[in-house]
Amino acid sequence: MADVKLVGVVLVSHSPKLAEGLAELVRELGGDQVPVIAAGGMDDGSLGTSYGRIERAVNEADQGAGVLLLGDLGSALLTVKTLLDEGVGREAHAVLADAPFVEGAVAAVVTASAGGDLDAVRAAAEEARQFRKL
Amino acid sequence: MSDSEAHVAGDEAGLDVGFFMAWIDRAAEAVAAEKDRLTRLDSAIGDSDHGTNLHRGFTAARAALQAKPPQYPGAALVQVGMTLISSVGGASGPLYGTVFRRTGKALGEAEKVSARDLAGALADGLAGVRKLGGASVGDKTMVDVFTPAIDVFTARLADDASTADALEAAADAADAAALATIPLRARKGRASYLGERSEGHEDPGAASAALLWRALADTAPGGAR
Repeated sequence: MADVKLVGVVLVSHSPKLAEGLAELVRELGGDQVPVIAAGGMDDGSLGTSYGRIERAVNEADQGAGVLLLGDLGSALLTVKTLLDEGVGREAHAVLADAPFVEGAVAAVVTASAGGDLDAVRAAAEEARQFRKL
Repeated sequence: MSDSEAHVAGDEAGLDVGFFMAWIDRAAEAVAAEKDRLTRLDSAIGDSDHGTNLHRGFTAARAALQAKPPQYPGAALVQVGMTLISSVGGASGPLYGTVFRRTGKALGEAEKVSARDLAGALADGLAGVRKLGGASVGDKTMVDVFTPAIDVFTARLADDASTADALEAAADAADAAALATIPLRARKGRASYLGERSEGHEDPGAASAALLWRALADTAPGGAR
């Protein structure tokens, strides 16, 4: 198991605290083998989404098995889409999930920790849209 | 050189990288001057950061052009697009960034481009932002302004209008289109969560798009006032 490459997960939020808090939560749920990288806020720590931060997070999360990105709100997703369109993350096989931020991240990290491939991790995140809470 | 000579030279010789750098200069000044109005519009239906965000973006774009002057028009606009994407922080960064980047890519590596080349390239930029944001005309976004402005610019050029006259007409269409977003209900972005409460307010992205068109018209050879 030691040298199995796991899918990385990047959490993109307007808020550094939201991204880091969610990263902390899902690392707890998914074990510490999955590279979960928070990319929240702007470089100066203010609210927003930073192209550079996301790019660095993708590189950091890349173990060679692909990287799944999740975003919180509109402009986070627009920034990720623009960046992928630019070819950033092409070598890392980075893809964006159409998934709820919290539940999608949990499903993605649990699936990645079990050795699921990028398609499986993305599907798990996107299926999280169907979860009922009550 | 008199205005009329500049006008003729501009139309015949094409638009060079200096023209595009002057446009961004003028756009940055317009955004700085209208920053508070854009933020006020955004506070009605958005998150009150449009003026601040665009001001940061265009200030950075202008500084980047001055720090590393591009060699041709396409390169200038691609550089502006990349700077906006990486510096704005809000949704307008990737959206405007895509408009400029795609327009610049469409202009290629020509040292001078015609007004018709520019109209065609702007249509590419608009297609790019429509694909990215998924907005159509009537959704109360910058697409509502870019679409008629490009249509008018293209049509006037086809009627053999000068670059300055065609851009002036396009900027007038852009102003009218921005005001025409007031009664609309937002279907994209944060304002769309407001539903009918988004009606009665000018869309901030439409308002800033109109500023960019006016800046472009005022930069045109013979069009500066």
